[in-house]
Amino acid sequence: MAKIIGGLSTSHIPAIGNAISREMFEDEYWKPFFDGYPPAQQWLEKTKPDIAVVIYNDHGLNFFLDKLPTFAVGAAPEYTNVDEGWGLEPLPPYPGDPDLSWHMIESLVEDEFDITSCQEMHVDHAFTVPMSLFWPDRSKRPVKTVPVVVNTVQHPLPKPARCLAFGQAIGRAIESYDSDETVVIIGTGGLSHQLDGTRAGFINKDFDMMCMEKIVSDPEALAKYSIHDIVELAGAQGAELINWIVMRGALTGKVSEVHRNYHIPISNTAAGMMVLENQA
Amino acid sequence: MARKSLAEKPIPGTIMFDGKMAQKGYALNKMCYSFNEAANRDEFQRDEDAYCTKYGLNDEQRAAIKHRNVLELLEAGGNIYYLAKFAGIFGLGVQDVGAQQTGMSVDEFKAKLLAAGE
Repeated sequence: MAKIIGGLSTSHIPAIGNAISREMFEDEYWKPFFDGYPPAQQWLEKTKPDIAVVIYNDHGLNFFLDKLPTFAVGAAPEYTNVDEGWGLEPLPPYPGDPDLSWHMIESLVEDEFDITSCQEMHVDHAFTVPMSLFWPDRSKRPVKTVPVVVNTVQHPLPKPARCLAFGQAIGRAIESYDSDETVVIIGTGGLSHQLDGTRAGFINKDFDMMCMEKIVSDPEALAKYSIHDIVELAGAQGAELINWIVMRGALTGKVSEVHRNYHIPISNTAAGMMVLENQA
Repeated sequence: MARKSLAEKPIPGTIMFDGKMAQKGYALNKMCYSFNEAANRDEFQRDEDAYCTKYGLNDEQRAAIKHRNVLELLEAGGNIYYLAKFAGIFGLGVQDVGAQQTGMSVDEFKAKLLAAGE
């Protein structure tokens, strides 16, 4: 059966994409952020997963409000990245893995997660920025991918407890896939930030620190929050924390933390990243 | 019994983009969604009024677009992820948008963000 080796999480701020294109790795503003990533890249070089299942939220590239799934799973042979409207250079497509996608779709629905399946899907910065951070040679595509999209655009968003259970169902799906391939789960977005309203610029370092602890040791504690709590404590877009919770759900009960980085601010956001390894 | 809606427990300075706002802002957000494509951004810039008419914006939404005012756009049902595509037409990023909403200069807004890390 396929094996999940661990999980990665990272913020997916669009400005990172431009900073990568301009190679601003040593720039004073960017260095404390980019310096967090080589340990994750080295961990990936060492573990060499075959497939990345990427949990993220679409920001109005693939989905509009006419049809907005709460949970969607990509089932395409490849995923295209196109213009999002504000100047990020589109990247070459990412290979999919339709066999794993359909196995996951069947397993998830059997598990009573009635997801939306997508045989065509554009992936936005929330997918591409993390891929570029973890596999920095953007001309290569060393892993197959399965995008999993969680609604963080329009309330009601899925509850954190449901997100943890969804992640657990994704874990069961992958670990029942008849293959000897290895899989890494990536949860993107967060940490605390708010873009809209007079509370724009809200950041909550204490809450983020607590989340980074609990995502390792006690994800059930995060699942007890309501979406309203998370919006209040992490900001309106800090609700992307639920993507990290889905990622954590797909891992085993016990994980070990390989690496983390946390830096305020990148753009309007407290930028966090973690590398978690599954314990047998 | 239905759970208490998010709108009943407001968080100061925060508009929950829920079903009510999604209905109110549908035309505005649909127009901003169209700005994913360069040809549509060009068409908007050639004739804003005609483009707003094409998407059926109401008077409040048209005025907010004309004013380039993010708080007015949010009040008119705009969702920040779609509005970002509108702001992008003018080369405005999220820090410009944050500064405008909080009544700060961009430098003051950046200083506020830096201070959150201390």
